[in-house]
Amino acid sequence: MIDAGISFHVSEKGYYGDFGGAFIPEMLYPNVEELRLHYLEYMMETSFQKEFHFLLKDFVGRPTPLFKAERLSAKYNTQIYLKREDLCHTGAHKVNNTIGQILMAKRLGKHKIVAETGAGQHGVATATVCALMGMECIIYMGAIDIERQAPNVARMKMLGASVVAAQSGSKTLKDATNEAMRHWINHPVDTHYIIGSVVGPHPYPDMVAKFQSVISEEIKWQLQEKEGRDYPDYILACVGGGSNAAGAFYHYLDEPRTALIAAEAAGQGVSSGHSAATTFLGKPGVLHGSKSLLMQTEDGQVIEPYSISAGLDYPGIGPLHAHLATSGRAKFFDITDDEALEAALECSMLEGIIPALETAHALAVFGKLGAKPDEVSVVNLSGRGDKDLATYQEKLKLNS
Amino acid sequence: MNRISTLFNSTQEPILNVYATAGYPNFGDTMLVLNALQEGGVDIIEIGMPYSDPVADGETIQQSNQVSLDQGMTVTHLFDQLINMRQSISVPVLLMGYINPVLQFGVERFCQKCQEVGVDGLILPDLPLAEYQQSYQTIFEQYGLLNIFLITPQTSDERIKQIDSVSEGFIYMVSSASTTGAKTGISSDQEAYFKRIDGMKLKNPRLVGFGISDRESFLKASNGASGAIIGSAFVKLLGNAKNLREEIVGFVKSIKGLK
Repeated sequence: MIDAGISFHVSEKGYYGDFGGAFIPEMLYPNVEELRLHYLEYMMETSFQKEFHFLLKDFVGRPTPLFKAERLSAKYNTQIYLKREDLCHTGAHKVNNTIGQILMAKRLGKHKIVAETGAGQHGVATATVCALMGMECIIYMGAIDIERQAPNVARMKMLGASVVAAQSGSKTLKDATNEAMRHWINHPVDTHYIIGSVVGPHPYPDMVAKFQSVISEEIKWQLQEKEGRDYPDYILACVGGGSNAAGAFYHYLDEPRTALIAAEAAGQGVSSGHSAATTFLGKPGVLHGSKSLLMQTEDGQVIEPYSISAGLDYPGIGPLHAHLATSGRAKFFDITDDEALEAALECSMLEGIIPALETAHALAVFGKLGAKPDEVSVVNLSGRGDKDLATYQEKLKLNS
Repeated sequence: MNRISTLFNSTQEPILNVYATAGYPNFGDTMLVLNALQEGGVDIIEIGMPYSDPVADGETIQQSNQVSLDQGMTVTHLFDQLINMRQSISVPVLLMGYINPVLQFGVERFCQKCQEVGVDGLILPDLPLAEYQQSYQTIFEQYGLLNIFLITPQTSDERIKQIDSVSEGFIYMVSSASTTGAKTGISSDQEAYFKRIDGMKLKNPRLVGFGISDRESFLKASNGASGAIIGSAFVKLLGNAKNLREEIVGFVKSIKGLK
């Protein structure tokens, strides 16, 4: 149900309900303010739109197919479509945002790029567009993630990026983000920070959501062609920071006939102490420039999250999603490591598609959703599973 | 008038503000460090409230924050340590930290505690001007707390004037685009920047922070401002000190040019 009085779009001051804002040190103010003042204007320019859509089509390979998953549909006795973001160049939806932001960086007169990455997907997508545009690229990645994700580190290096190990804190995504922000503080004049998710200070969450909204824009006409109506009954996506979910939900935020379903990483279980399910475990707080739900101690120190999936291993969530969760507009499910692994195997065996571990969390929701036989669901298949093969080999005992 | 404004009105000498992470190097050292700083002749003390994700800080202060947190420091413990602070400390005291622990403690309760133990002002780098004015200013003022804002070489004149109009006490002039402790020394470009701001005839005095580590850089910075702030260089000393009190007193005296 949607309460008619609630807006799910960003306010003038950068808020979604109680969440959002721009909690940044003064050192970043000129950059973030310049972006805030101009991002909408630049995005709307005809030349920007033309270049953006040209690159999405001929470089990324959009539109991505909307595929009817017949065997999964039969298994769960409902109608399931997969939005194939895994077929994007570089293997995930992340590139939709990096294409948009590199064009934004050019218009802002910046010629160097800094970014953070967890599993390496956003880092690869950023290094890719930097190579395309001939821009210098520095990627911060947690020292532990560098060890866990060697193939993506090699891809970034081959694309010409410098990969810098974040040695602080837990040495994972949160700390890579801290280091990228520190780098930006130290290089404010010539550098643009390409944040990889719908997190960070306003206007980042809105800008990234708008670049990713191409996903639901396509779903609308694709579903119209296939089902004779442009909305599904359910749209499902996994949420770490929440960029693929924001893109898949975007054009349905105000559509009362579509239920928004988000899958969060419960790790070993919400109550296990090893989890990343922010809407279940978080309280309002400020991290990385915005107020949102945040996993933290009573004293306001950020808690290290845990998930088998590096892309969902984040203690916060984008402010839009915090608003969707607390207002009840979206329903959040907690999916454990084991449930995600099982769903990944099922999708592979039934549909011939090996999904990313992140995406597998969204697929695992079908076991709990209770969708009716004639109801239509669209799952955002946000990324392909090649990067997770080592984990699949170990956990699914594929070597024996 | 609060202690900070009284200080700026009463001295022509360069003002030295020293930052120390609370509960560092050891959990129980906070008051020892404060007393030694005052004994050495410091003018303002800035106590760092440790945070897990201090994005405006470089490696030295980050690490001291982590050590302090690992030793169990919390906002509650810090206020407990400061409960009798005003029995011995007469110089102005600021708390520096990040907004999230303050939010979790409760903003009003936090300000009340600050007033109770005798804190004069706050430096919260991730609380920007607009948010401050909208949701915090009234409460801070109710408890007599000055909020100290930062300006950088990239801050526009228009925004500097806006910050000046909202500020009371002093303005924290960041010497270069950087995190704390990233650069040392003061260049001629930076001196020109201090002079430029001096020429704006702001109502608030300025202290220069970032890159100040010894008497030479302290004097250079003070040339275009009312004084300067030392953070990372002092935290390094705390981390390595064998005789804490003696070395702190000696450090402050060396910066102030006292025997």
